[in-house]
Amino acid sequence: MDVQTWTFLIVGVTFALYIGIAVWSRASSTKDFYVAGGGVSPLANGMATAADWMSAASFISMAGLISFMGYDGAVYLMGWTGGYVLLALLLAPYLRKFGKFTVPDFIGDRYYSNVARSVAVICAIIVSFTYVAGQMRGVGVVFSRFLEVPVNTGVYIGMALVFFYAVLGGMKGITYTQVAQYCILIFAFMVPAFFISFQLTGNFIPQMGFGGSLADGTFLLDKLDGLHRELGFAEYTSGSKSMIDVFAITLALMVGTAGLPHVIVRFFTVPRVKDARISAGWALVFIAILYTTAPAISAFARTNLIETVRDADYSTMPEWFSNWETTGLITFEDKNADGKIQYVAGDENELVIDRDIMVLANPEIAQLPNWVVALVAAGGLAAALSTAAGLLLVISASVSHDLIKKQIKPNLSDKEELIWARVGAIAAVLVAGYFGINPPGFVAAVVALAFGLAAASFFPAIILGIFDKRMNKEGAVAGMIVGILLMLFYMIKYKLGGFGGGTPEDWWFGVSPEGFGTIAMMVNFLVSLTVSRMTPKPPEDVQEMVEQIRYPRGAGAASEH
Amino acid sequence: MSDNKMKAYWRRNLRYLLVLLLIWFAVSYGAGIFFAEQLNTIRLGGFKLGFWFAQQGSIYVFVVLIFVYVWLMNRLDREFDVDEK
Repeated sequence: MDVQTWTFLIVGVTFALYIGIAVWSRASSTKDFYVAGGGVSPLANGMATAADWMSAASFISMAGLISFMGYDGAVYLMGWTGGYVLLALLLAPYLRKFGKFTVPDFIGDRYYSNVARSVAVICAIIVSFTYVAGQMRGVGVVFSRFLEVPVNTGVYIGMALVFFYAVLGGMKGITYTQVAQYCILIFAFMVPAFFISFQLTGNFIPQMGFGGSLADGTFLLDKLDGLHRELGFAEYTSGSKSMIDVFAITLALMVGTAGLPHVIVRFFTVPRVKDARISAGWALVFIAILYTTAPAISAFARTNLIETVRDADYSTMPEWFSNWETTGLITFEDKNADGKIQYVAGDENELVIDRDIMVLANPEIAQLPNWVVALVAAGGLAAALSTAAGLLLVISASVSHDLIKKQIKPNLSDKEELIWARVGAIAAVLVAGYFGINPPGFVAAVVALAFGLAAASFFPAIILGIFDKRMNKEGAVAGMIVGILLMLFYMIKYKLGGFGGGTPEDWWFGVSPEGFGTIAMMVNFLVSLTVSRMTPKPPEDVQEMVEQIRYPRGAGAASEH
Repeated sequence: MSDNKMKAYWRRNLRYLLVLLLIWFAVSYGAGIFFAEQLNTIRLGGFKLGFWFAQQGSIYVFVVLIFVYVWLMNRLDREFDVDEK
C-alpha cells in the first residue's frame, strides 16, 4: 500500500477512536466538565498531562529545531521538562488541596478580590490564545502534507473533531482522549527513532545510539562536530547563544511551564494530594521519553542530511528531496552553476531547509516503510489536537466559571453553568479555528512567548499565595499587572517592532524576548513583596486558608460551590 | 494537631524542597549551562559530559527528583499523621 492509503487508514482509525471515547465519556455536571469529576487515576492523569503538554511544536518542530541549534537546543529540552519539578514540588499538591476548578479560582479566593480574579482571567485567556492558534495551524499543515488537502480544509477537520469531544465531554472527554493520543503520539515518535538509531549506530535505543559510534568506529557526535567544522558551522556540541541568554530562556520556559493554566488545571482532576504529587512524576516520565529521544533524532537527522547533500550532484538526490522541494520546505539554488549542492555556513550556501520537516521527513530520509510515515502523520495530529483541546477548555472555563458564575450571575444553577461552559467551548473553537485559517503574522513569533507571559504573571502570584502568608491582594495584583505589562512591552518592542522596535544589541542585559519572562518574573516578585509589606495584612480567614493548604488531610474531591 | 507539630511538619517540608531544588539547579543550570564548557573536557562514552547533562542527564535527574520527593513526603505525612485516609 502507498503512503496515502496508509495515512487515510491510520488517521481514520485514530479519529474514530477519539470520537468513540468522547461519546462514552460525556460530561453531565460542571464538575465533570471542569475537572473530569475529580476521579482520574494519577497514572492516567500523568499520561493525559503529557499529551496535553506536548504540542505540535514538541512533536513536529522540536527535534528539527535542535538539529539546527546543536547544544543551544538544550534550552527547550531542559526548559520544557524542568518545570515539572517546580510543578510537583511547589504547586500541584497545594493547589489540589485548595481544591477548586481553575487557576483564576485560586487567585480570586486567595487574594479575596474579584479584581485579582479578573486580572487572572485576562492573563489566562491571553496565554491560552497565543498558544492555541499555533496548534490549529499545525493540524492544518500535517493534513495538507499527508492527505494532500488544502491547509484550511485540514483546519476545518481539526476544528470539527475538537468541537465534538471538547464540547461534549469537557475535561472528562478530553482526559480520556488524551490518554489515547499520548499512546499514539509516543508510538509514532519512537518507531522511526528505533529504526534510525539502529541503522546509524547499531543500537536500537536512541538515547544510547546518541552517544554511540558509527559504522566507521568514530563516535556519532565527534563525527558531527567534524562535519560542522568542515562546513564552517559552529560545532554541534557547543552553542552560539550567550550564556546569560541560555540561562534566561531555560528559566523562563521552566517557570512558564509551571504557570500555564492548562497544565495546572490537570492536577485538579485527581482524587488526593498524594495523587497530585505522583501524577506530576508520571507526567514527567511520559514526557521524558520523548524529550530524551528528540535530541538523539536531531543528531541522527543532521548527520544523515549532511552526508546526503554534501557536495553531491543535484541530479542524484533521492525522491524525498524533490517531494519536499515541491512543498517549498527545501529550496536549492545553484549559485555557482556547478550542478552540485554546496551546504555551508555563509554566502556560498545553496541549500535552505525548513526545520519543521526534519521529523516529518526523517522516515523517508531513512527509507522506512510506508506505514511508519503514515504513523508519524497520525502522531503529529494527536499531539496538536490534544493540546488544542486542553487549551480550549481553559478558555471556556475562564469564561463560564470565573467570569459568568463567579462575577456576573452568581446564582447560576449547575445545569445553566454547564450550558455556558459548552457555549464558551464552542466560541473558543471558532476563534481558534479563525486564527488557524488566517494566522496573524505575529502568531508564529509569539507562541514561544506564551511561556514568558505565564512566567511573568501567574507563577509569582501562585507561589507567593502558597508560601507567603503575608502576601495580600494589593501585592499580588500589582505584581501580576506590572509583570504581564512589562513582558508584553518587551515582546512588542523587540519581536513585533512596536515602541520604536530594537535590535539584539539593544536587548536589556543581553536577554532575548524568549528569555525575558525570567526578568519580568523577578520584577513581579519584587513588586509583589514590596507592595504587600506596605499595605494591610490579608484577613484572618485567608491566612487560615493558606495554613490549611499546607497539610494534605481532608482534601476530598474538588469542592462543589 | 498542635501548632508546634504543624510548624515542624512545614519546616521539614521546606528543608526537603530546598535540598531537592538545589540539586535541580545544580544539574540543569550548573552542569548543563554554567560549567558545561569545563565539563565538556570529560567524556561519557561518545558524549561530552556538559553536553550530556544539557540534553540528557538533567532530564533523568528531574524525573528522579520528583519520585524522591513523593517518597519523602508520603513518609513525612504518615509520620505527622496528616496523610489522607
